Amino acid sequence: MELTGAEILIRCLEDEGVEYLFGYPGGAVLHIYDAIYKQDKVEHILVRHEQAATHAADGYARSSGKPGVVLVTSGPGATNAITGIATAYMDSIPMVVFTGQVPTSLIGNDAFQEVDSVGITRPCVKHNFLVKDVKDIAETIKKAFYVATTGRPGPVVVDIPKDITAEKCEYHYPKRISMRSYNPVVKGNKRQIIKAVDLMLSAKRPMVYSGGGVILDRAAKPLTDMTRKLGFPITNTLMGLGAYPATDKQFLGMLGMHGTYEANMAMHNCDVLIAIGARFDDRVTGNIEKFCPTAKIIHIDIDPASIAKNVMVDVPIVGGVSNVLKEMMALIAESKQKPDQKAMAEWWAQIEEWRGVDCLKYETETDVIKPQYVVESLYKVTKGDAFVTSDVGQHQMWAAQFYKFDKPYRWINSGGLGTMGFGLPAAMGAQFANPKATVACVTGEGSIQMNIQELSTCMQYGLPIKIICLNNRALGMVRQWQEFFYQGRYAMSYMEALPDFVKLAESYGHVGMNIEKPEDVVPAMEEAMGKYKNRLVFMNFITDQTENVYPMIPAGAGLNEMILV
Amino acid sequence: MRHIISILMENEAGALSRVAGLFSARGYNIESLTVAATEDPSLSRMTLVTRGSDQIIEQITKQLNKLIDVVKLIDLTEGPHIEREMMLVKVKAAAATDARNEINRLAEIFRGNIIDVTSNSYTIELTGTGDKLDAFIRAVGHEEILETVRSGVSGISRGDKSLSL
Repeated sequence: MELTGAEILIRCLEDEGVEYLFGYPGGAVLHIYDAIYKQDKVEHILVRHEQAATHAADGYARSSGKPGVVLVTSGPGATNAITGIATAYMDSIPMVVFTGQVPTSLIGNDAFQEVDSVGITRPCVKHNFLVKDVKDIAETIKKAFYVATTGRPGPVVVDIPKDITAEKCEYHYPKRISMRSYNPVVKGNKRQIIKAVDLMLSAKRPMVYSGGGVILDRAAKPLTDMTRKLGFPITNTLMGLGAYPATDKQFLGMLGMHGTYEANMAMHNCDVLIAIGARFDDRVTGNIEKFCPTAKIIHIDIDPASIAKNVMVDVPIVGGVSNVLKEMMALIAESKQKPDQKAMAEWWAQIEEWRGVDCLKYETETDVIKPQYVVESLYKVTKGDAFVTSDVGQHQMWAAQFYKFDKPYRWINSGGLGTMGFGLPAAMGAQFANPKATVACVTGEGSIQMNIQELSTCMQYGLPIKIICLNNRALGMVRQWQEFFYQGRYAMSYMEALPDFVKLAESYGHVGMNIEKPEDVVPAMEEAMGKYKNRLVFMNFITDQTENVYPMIPAGAGLNEMILV
Repeated sequence: MRHIISILMENEAGALSRVAGLFSARGYNIESLTVAATEDPSLSRMTLVTRGSDQIIEQITKQLNKLIDVVKLIDLTEGPHIEREMMLVKVKAAAATDARNEINRLAEIFRGNIIDVTSNSYTIELTGTGDKLDAFIRAVGHEEILETVRSGVSGISRGDKSLSL
């Protein structure tokens, strides 16, 4: 039987096992929406802005490991989606975005709601396609999912002109696809792996530095097993939190600009650095000239272009981190050599001394709510088992520092692009993927207003997200930099005329709470998670306006040159 | 250092802009770029001349390889290779003057072909390395030149080695 292009698209999603399609209708995708209307296999989630559709699909992907899927219309639908596509691109999140396009005959004519979607998304996608024939739809969609989810994952855009969605052809969804120009290497080179293991076992001051690649390749278990077996200290990047249990003794916390003193000092002083699925981002390395001066560096990454991009390495290994770690484990088990226990004891003694600095301590005896205390309370009340999304700024760093993630996929934030407005829609996606779990969105009064309209989507689908708004009446991270580096000239970092968030939440049909005293923090959260378990609760915490994120590595400094409190 | 990178890629709309976009987005420079379909119409062959330190060239080749449309590539400058560029140049050459004889001689020395003649000008076709084309321009003199068109570099490795599927 012949199907229309629109029907074929939806059938492909069904055959691909897609549960949710996050989107927003418009002229160029009306045939597709008609096809959605006529079936009940793929559920369409109607957001309030296309940016939120991409972030929701992103949150769904990050919390489930499955690709997020988005459908938007041509022109402004596509351009609104760009921020979310770029966010997913920077963090290597698998996503397939369908953009409607004006009919083939009108392409290039400056038609109504026309934009060159393939051109405009090119720099922020892993790949993109323009479908020019109805017969190509199924194969293109298969390719899109294949490219998005394999190798180093990333977003793929499929642009489909309206006339193509109306034309008909036989439907056939390929079971497998191979592309002569795309064959990601997943197995590491054996000789390099042997070299790496030798180096690791002879280390006197080893350090494991693991990133988002471990989460993406589902390698938390082999990473944890190997690190425990070797007894090495480990740090996670902002993107890698949860890959190694944060409550474990060997875990030194996050590293980088707002990382812990012990993690950064151990990085700076180690003699063998084992970088796993991490990309030596500038927020991690600080001044590259001063980075890990005494270390031999092993770097495992699925993307060859990530290796030797910022930092030259001694043992590069291109491959999936999961495969490589398993091979390493086997070699370590076979090897007669064991880590030098005396050297390790000395190394750990040094690390404990750094840890003793207690770099994350903050004032607790106060009348005002400290933002750190809110995150710590969230950790306690949710027993460390919530899915936590965040926006971008100070609250993001406090969430990363104070919520101890013991499991992967629980921490969802825009690390690479740093997209304000990410938190709430990402929480929606995480809640769809994990309907029974507690999903908290740690945000600020600045960030939350960038996608506040999604409170309406949350109402429509009954999403019981807990919004933890650290309201300091300032764009905190901007304010902090202005305090440190611009002699307190607070240009545009304070907002006047903030809304009454309680009334705002209530007007959308949700529960709103103002929390102004430290002693009310925990009871309010308990009420939100208890009495209002099944409701969205907007918790507006009035926090200390002058609190800064510490420790901090100023621009141009090395990892050993931190500003402590 | 100057590198000649030869790329075999899917002959698809937009493939060229992916390469050009990559170079502009990452701040790499392109000295010249030529592209055309190969004997297999599904493939294009691109020759790209760029400059950079070893580290930058390594990143360039890795980033190019990462493009989904790129099937294979080699850095020709890593081994023995041949490079050629074609130039069409229109020069002043009024009929029955010494200038006309001089251009004739130069074209012969440089093994160029005169492919069009008017009462006032010659058009010469010349093939060789970039250096040779530069030398020809210097020999003729800027004053005498009306117009030049250069194809950009094409390259191929010496010996039996070939860039193919």
